[in-house]
Amino acid sequence: MFAAGLSLIFGVMRLVNIAHGDFIVLSAYLGLTVVASTGMHPLLALIIVVPTMAAIGYFLQRGILNQTLGDDILPPLLVTFGLSVILQNLFLAGYSADPQKMDAGALETASVSVAGLSLGILPLLTFGIAIVVIASLQYMFFCTSLGRAFRAVSDNQDIAQLMGLNKRHMFGLAMGIALGVTAIAGILLGIRTSFDPTAGSARLIFGFEAVIIGGLGNLWGTLAGGIILGVAQTIGAKIDPGWQLLSGHIAFLIVLAIRPQGLFPRVSG
Amino acid sequence: MPDPILSLKKLDAFYGDFQALYGVDMEMAEGEVIAIIGANGAGKSTLLRSISGLMSNESDQVNFLGKGIGAHRADEIAALGLALVPEGRQLFPSLSVEENLLIGGRLNRKGPWDLQSVFDLFPVLKERRAYPSTALSGGQQQMVAIGRALMANPDLILFDEISLGLAPVIIKSIYDALPGIVGDGMSAIIVEQDISKALSVSDRVYCLMEGRVTLKGAADSISREAISHAYFGID
Repeated sequence: MFAAGLSLIFGVMRLVNIAHGDFIVLSAYLGLTVVASTGMHPLLALIIVVPTMAAIGYFLQRGILNQTLGDDILPPLLVTFGLSVILQNLFLAGYSADPQKMDAGALETASVSVAGLSLGILPLLTFGIAIVVIASLQYMFFCTSLGRAFRAVSDNQDIAQLMGLNKRHMFGLAMGIALGVTAIAGILLGIRTSFDPTAGSARLIFGFEAVIIGGLGNLWGTLAGGIILGVAQTIGAKIDPGWQLLSGHIAFLIVLAIRPQGLFPRVSG
Repeated sequence: MPDPILSLKKLDAFYGDFQALYGVDMEMAEGEVIAIIGANGAGKSTLLRSISGLMSNESDQVNFLGKGIGAHRADEIAALGLALVPEGRQLFPSLSVEENLLIGGRLNRKGPWDLQSVFDLFPVLKERRAYPSTALSGGQQQMVAIGRALMANPDLILFDEISLGLAPVIIKSIYDALPGIVGDGMSAIIVEQDISKALSVSDRVYCLMEGRVTLKGAADSISREAISHAYFGID
């Protein structure tokens, strides 16, 4: 789901967002703050954090990133890289370097038994939310006039401008939606594991891998990529705990070697 | 002449250091159809890109409906009622035929054109409405591009090289449809390399050479010799 945001940004704007990993951590910290100050359940904090992140995304895009978009892909890369450094240091200053975690009570350890397998409620919930989010993104993209406008801008920015679409506004909206999705991922991450100011970069690599395995710009492919990575890591961990991260990367390399365009590349004309 | 719908005053245009237009002046009245002819690289497409806002100019160099729009963005100009049928069709490949048309109509300007009237004009598009726009022939794609511009119900429509790369029979059917489009008061600028086609549908003609206007006049009174002189710069 985190990768879905990345995929969305790249698909619409051809923008590689290096700071994306730090936005997930930002939303986790925002969630933490909301939970700590109001005492509400972390999942309820989504109601506040998602719109906040979406607004941040919109204004970030309008204010900074739109200025960098052009024929050259280097300026946005550098700017998001800088953003990433800034965000990490802000977390460090604001929340200290200690790993933190959101407390979701009994939900964290609850499990159901299906055919002899014990499945955690939280991972199931995460998976369910991911499917719902991706399905609604997919619906938004292919069945609404907003999605039509996104696709038009992504196809040809100049001509889309001629149709009266303000590409700066559209990019802002796309970034807003992307960070809204990221916020959901951030909260779930914060409930599932502990996070610290530098957790973003590691997430970013998995995100990119999931996007590339699935095929650039294809949201369902991204979900599949995420699942493949997850399964590879779990199998690796069964063999030897030290292999967990490595096996995910190996799976990524194998896919890249066999199908460099990804498993389900977006059909493009 | 009544208030012009569009006027250009000493319009210069640049690609980086390269100057593509040198002080182009032009005026057109409401309801007029103007043809712009000229060889490759004469600045015809640049002229249309400047008018439609894809290239930025000084504000008072381009005047549309009494407003200086030279420095406006393309989407702002589109909202004022100016549409461009771009050279080479430039449909949105990931949208279907119908979606391409709907995108054109998203400004919701009032007027005679909607999905139904575009399908009446080009019936073949109705059969192909659910196809991806890339699955159509060149001529059909051109129809979609024209329909997409019409869907905005513009006051002024710009056609860039609509016959480029199409079979003669297709070109003929598209030109046969033009009077139905501009007949009800819509103004149009037609950029065309095919001089006789351009003259047959237009009221007045401008000829560009190397970024300057070398000839202008009424389409029915202009002589072939004058055109070839203005077109190639030779006697």
